Amino acid sequence: MSETQEWTTVIKPKDKLWSVDIKELWKYRDLATLFVKRDIITQYKQTILGPMWFFLQPIITVFMYMVVFGGIAGIATDGIPQPLFYLSGTCIWQYFSDCLNKTSNTFVSNSGLFGKVYFPRLIVPMANVTSNLLRFGIQLSLFIVVYIIYSIIGCDASVNWYALLFPLLVVMMAGLSLGFGIIISSMTTKYRDLQILFSFIVHLWMYATPIVYPLSLVKGKIVAGFDMYTIMRLNPVTPVIETFKYGVLGAGEFIGWGWLAYSFVFMLILLVLGVVIFNKTQKSFMDTV
Amino acid sequence: MATAIEFNNVSKQYRLGLVSTKTLSHDLQRWWAMNIMGKEDPYLKIGSENDRATKADSEYVWALKDIDFKVEQGDVIGIIGRNGAGKSTLLKLLSKVTGPTTGTIRARGRIGSLLEVGTGFHPEMTGRENIFLNGAILGMTKAEISRKLDEIVDFSGCERYIDTPVKRYSSGMTVRLGFAVAAFLEPEILVVDEVLAVGDAEFQKKAIGKMQNVSQGEGRTVLFVSHNMASIRQLCQNGILLKNGRIEYMGTATDTVATYLSGFGDTMCYHADITMEHREYSDTSREIELLSVSLSNNGDDYATDQPLDLYVRMFKHKKNIQSATLEVMFNNRMRERLGSYISGPIDLTGVDGEFTVHVRIENHNFAKGTYSICFQIGQKDIQLGLKDYDIVHNVLFFTVAYSHMQKKDSIVLWRNDWGSTVFQGTAEIVQAK
Repeated sequence: MSETQEWTTVIKPKDKLWSVDIKELWKYRDLATLFVKRDIITQYKQTILGPMWFFLQPIITVFMYMVVFGGIAGIATDGIPQPLFYLSGTCIWQYFSDCLNKTSNTFVSNSGLFGKVYFPRLIVPMANVTSNLLRFGIQLSLFIVVYIIYSIIGCDASVNWYALLFPLLVVMMAGLSLGFGIIISSMTTKYRDLQILFSFIVHLWMYATPIVYPLSLVKGKIVAGFDMYTIMRLNPVTPVIETFKYGVLGAGEFIGWGWLAYSFVFMLILLVLGVVIFNKTQKSFMDTV
Repeated sequence: MATAIEFNNVSKQYRLGLVSTKTLSHDLQRWWAMNIMGKEDPYLKIGSENDRATKADSEYVWALKDIDFKVEQGDVIGIIGRNGAGKSTLLKLLSKVTGPTTGTIRARGRIGSLLEVGTGFHPEMTGRENIFLNGAILGMTKAEISRKLDEIVDFSGCERYIDTPVKRYSSGMTVRLGFAVAAFLEPEILVVDEVLAVGDAEFQKKAIGKMQNVSQGEGRTVLFVSHNMASIRQLCQNGILLKNGRIEYMGTATDTVATYLSGFGDTMCYHADITMEHREYSDTSREIELLSVSLSNNGDDYATDQPLDLYVRMFKHKKNIQSATLEVMFNNRMRERLGSYISGPIDLTGVDGEFTVHVRIENHNFAKGTYSICFQIGQKDIQLGLKDYDIVHNVLFFTVAYSHMQKKDSIVLWRNDWGSTVFQGTAEIVQAK
């Protein structure tokens, strides 16, 4: 029958494992931009300082790091001025953890909306990752301002060609947080415990990533028979952070293309896995949430 | 006209007993209690609250079962039924919010669903911003919304507050804005769930008018779920009555509403002890009183060619009544009289007090459908005069079903002479004290 071909919507119980409708996502691109706009507009509504928080957060954080890690603990910063060193790490880590925390709540926090109307659910975490870019950009500009000030004063930090990898690094951070986030969000629809657990893990994760200390510090350190240097680099976020720090500040040494490639492949596998799990969940989550 | 929506044996099952308790610790506790301690599931009650009475002992419940229907393009279908009948689940399946367990749904054209009050609205954003956001959620592009913005604002009647955050809106305004966006969505298929309940009368009028335009003028298909029978009748051409996840009745909106309202669609009744509620005229003498009436087959549907066996238990209060005539009247679901069976004079000379009459009606040729029965006992003897001892209305309800269970009501077997039909049958006293 020719009639059957005219159907524009066919709803069936089960779909293929990989069923991302790229065309559909593209069709809803306006929704994605509006979600981004919503996130940005509403983030600091009804606050006195408004977007100033974009600056205050990293400044206060860096100040605390300087007191605790730089001052009290006396951890070296690869010869880079402390504010610059901490700021570079915080900016990029903040982006990662913000995205992760936000996307990992996708199903639970949007269940009201998801229960009423259909649109490709993947739009929401993708918009999250995008809207956080703005905040990241603003914080990065703070970093640049501080950088310029230090350049005038004079310091050891210097930009090199690896800084050109920056766009790739941002994509990787976005991809990693999106991948982890959608997997977590799929799992938390059934057990809310995991939500608490994961926000806790993200918190601790920062200390397993060279943010408040340089990677060079762990070189040769053996803890309980494990080579911490290798373990640290297995953390897919480490190569990204280290490459950024090296490229922009010239801190430490380049982690190596191999590790960067490892991190990139890790991200790709994570994304594919995440999308498969996410799609499986979006079909049935209204029944379990 | 082409078919716009097609439901093909669609079922939706929810699992009750093992619905997640939402925390891992609860699930672990359950696992511990059930598998190690051998106790009952401590969280089973959480699930069984949703349960339908008919499947109380089952772990699974069918929110929808074997739903099979087609909707023509441009049709406005009203979906009615009690709470929990599956109306919202049906719309949820169609709007892809949740997936069906079995079956296929096919549709032509964009499906737009009308959100409930302000869903998707962000309270901190202005009306204008929310129009864009809401429109995009419903599947519109930015350009489309910009083009229709003035119309939407105008229709909602919120011009003055369009740049005010929605959290300052009254709930009525929020609904109006939400409806306005959806109304201008121009999907080929519009799914509406119980929104007209909110909003003032003027806006309801506007909304109803818009929905009528949408279907008539622009040839779009509307599925409308509501508990408001008046708006169903006003808006819809056809209706679907759902009961316990199944289609109970399908026909014109007026008929569907009538079926729903008359309670026919709710419970079949095969036995009834007569109370005063059954008597429309309480001034009958009740010299012979109807005590109880019952149909012989307990709970089963009748077939068209199957005789009906009725048992009427009565009590004779006056000794000197020699005979009486029993009349059994059949109504359709609209409570319109179809025909009746009138017994000959039943000899009551040897009867004192309680007695039971068995009435058997053959060749009734009832079409598939639901019917109610009324009973009247009295004197029909011309010489003794006409006299009603007792009359009860719509006490028994039964269903006639074809063996091949056609989905749509067929009139093939209707008799042309309905209205004057006198059923043939027998009546005899089977039990007397």
